[in-house]
Amino acid sequence: MKPGVAMHAVVAALLAGAAAGAGAAPRLPASGAEVLEELPWRADPQQRELRALRARLQEAPRDLVRAVEVARRYIEAGRREADPRYYGYAQAALGPWWRQTAPPPQVRLLRATLLQSEHRFPEALADLAALTAQRPDDAQAWLTRATVETVRADYAAATRSCARLSSLADELVTTACIANVGAMNGRLAASERLLAAVRARADDADKPAVDAWVLTMLAEMAQRRGAAASADARFRDALRVAPRDTYLLGAYADFLLDAGRHDEAAALLAPHARVDGLLLRHALALRAGGRARDLAPELAELAARFDAGERRGDGVHLREQARFELALRGNARRALAIARRNWDVQKETPDARILLEAALGAHDATAARPVLDWMRDARVEDVQLARLAAQFNLDGGKG
Amino acid sequence: MKRLWILIGLFTAAATWSLPVAAHKPSDAYLRLTLEQGSADVRGEWDIALRDLDYAIGLDADNDGRLTWDEVRTRHGAIAAYALARLHLERGGAACALVPGNQLVDRHTDGTYTVLAFVAHCPRAGPLAVEYRLFADVDPQHKGLASVRDGGSVRTLVLGSDHPRATVDEGAAGAASGFLAYVRHGILHIWIGYDHILFLVSLLLPAVLVREGRGWRAVAGMRAALADVLKIVTAFTVAHSITLSLAALGVVALPSRWVESAIALSVLLAALNNVLPVARGRRWAAAFLFGLVHGFGFASVLADLGLQPGALAASLVGFNLGVEIGQLTIVAAFLPLAYLMRATWFYRRVVLVGGSGAIMLVAALWLGERLFDLKLFPV
Repeated sequence: MKPGVAMHAVVAALLAGAAAGAGAAPRLPASGAEVLEELPWRADPQQRELRALRARLQEAPRDLVRAVEVARRYIEAGRREADPRYYGYAQAALGPWWRQTAPPPQVRLLRATLLQSEHRFPEALADLAALTAQRPDDAQAWLTRATVETVRADYAAATRSCARLSSLADELVTTACIANVGAMNGRLAASERLLAAVRARADDADKPAVDAWVLTMLAEMAQRRGAAASADARFRDALRVAPRDTYLLGAYADFLLDAGRHDEAAALLAPHARVDGLLLRHALALRAGGRARDLAPELAELAARFDAGERRGDGVHLREQARFELALRGNARRALAIARRNWDVQKETPDARILLEAALGAHDATAARPVLDWMRDARVEDVQLARLAAQFNLDGGKG
Repeated sequence: MKRLWILIGLFTAAATWSLPVAAHKPSDAYLRLTLEQGSADVRGEWDIALRDLDYAIGLDADNDGRLTWDEVRTRHGAIAAYALARLHLERGGAACALVPGNQLVDRHTDGTYTVLAFVAHCPRAGPLAVEYRLFADVDPQHKGLASVRDGGSVRTLVLGSDHPRATVDEGAAGAASGFLAYVRHGILHIWIGYDHILFLVSLLLPAVLVREGRGWRAVAGMRAALADVLKIVTAFTVAHSITLSLAALGVVALPSRWVESAIALSVLLAALNNVLPVARGRRWAAAFLFGLVHGFGFASVLADLGLQPGALAASLVGFNLGVEIGQLTIVAAFLPLAYLMRATWFYRRVVLVGGSGAIMLVAALWLGERLFDLKLFPV
């Protein structure tokens, strides 16, 4: 009764091709004063500044310095607002160089960043490899490269890239880079201790972005080894530094959901419904709290959003979509098909977890094997993953 | 400078490292094209996000961040001119003239869109080519999700700066290939869905026999066997078509664990009936009753595949047709063999009783697995 292994690709192709108008029904607004749309942060000074920069770039679209500045600012905006439209604007600023085989290094780094934000990791890595060969003292290029290599589960390469940072970046950044790889690769406790120690003696008061990043990383390491109290405290510290960080909010919400603290998770995420991944966790919290009436409209909204992403044919949302199918729609087989496509692209602990959960739900031990192999080969330490993997070992012999 | 560079970089590096959740939404527009029957004209409706239009050509006259209907409608001329200049339609190799019509508004998941109606006057009929360049200069990640309706068939296209041009073949080629894909899925599903096969086989095993006292004897002719098979297969088909349609159209929804368990139970009972006959001559009624349950099982597969929007009926009919074809090939393979062997002791004892016993065992294991969410068979 389970779909053939090859079928998930066909399903994906069919769904990706399914595009048509999605709106409810076109209408004529009743009054001329009716507000149809709120534009994002129009009054924000950063936005005004950005508009001025964009206007200046329009006067000279081939001005490399201006273009790089505009693109970089848009990437920051996209990150800050968790809004991918800004990545499109950034790409537009880089338009004159975008399709060059070897664009100027500044452009190439931003191109790699944009490619990875679309989960086009092999293309991003190609740019980063060329960039680090050309400019071996570019710390940012090495750091981004290490990050993408970690996502792709190439830990040996990631470790090498982090090592190149040591003479280029400060100790905390270098340690964070190395610890992030080590924590995935059989050295969880040691990596956590090292990173915590370096953070404790680093003077990072002027670098909130770095501190929030490091704290989140430490919180997740504690979570992975099952030290809930320590993880909780670090997540809260990180949120004090970066209260709107989308990744951090999502990670803390997951922690709260796992701990059964669904009311706290719902309250944490209530103001962030525009972000799909956070709306998903909000819906999970409502569901865990038995709030069926509040849940129904969120389910419809999520279904519409994932549908919209699928029509575009991009795969950025696959991790969340698999979770949606499994936990909120109870469709384990579809969740599994999506989780497997996702695993082909990225290999972090949440990607492993959703694949194992979906495979358990769909009674498909074969599908779980790549993740179980990865856990063994990389010596992954994670209490949640270990618990899931144990179920396969109980049920399916070797697994 | 270098320090600043690293800091800014870290901001983006955090994005890399964290792989931010899919957020808000990248920019899309929805373009619906309908080929007029009996003329070369094409009607169009184009949903474009107000936010994107504001970014490209400015709609917010008072610059307060709130777009009113008045602000939007005074710009309708500019919107139509901007958008239609970035869409090129060709039919039979000749360019079409695009004439804008009214604009309404509609909501999508990421906000309000203008709905721009237009007509394309094309000099002649033929294959339609679409070239799409909306927002290519301000947001190269923008995509145009187009659907082209020609009579009953719908073709879908994803257009963007990487892939601005597409040609839509004349006729129903797109829909037909979609339809055939669903037929194939239907066939495949019944072939790899052992529970459906075993259910059918259990019901068909006695079709070449007649109950006589406490035993069986062979039917006299092919005609009697065929009539029995026909009744059973028809009843099964009608029943699962009903529930498949109801479930696929969202009229009825049942928990899949319940459905899967009931399917296992149906196999168990159908096989049991061959050893301890209860339904006797009315196996078609059992086929109908349990066929309703199997229909829900098919529906969950169809839900995995997804129905093609705009071609809902075609995907549903295609999938169902595939199931029937798959089912008939099983019958066609089974019946001649059973008919030839029907008079033998081997058929009556080993195939009918032994086979049914084996099926019961498998079905009982399935039932346990599905009821209690266990994993008994290695996959």
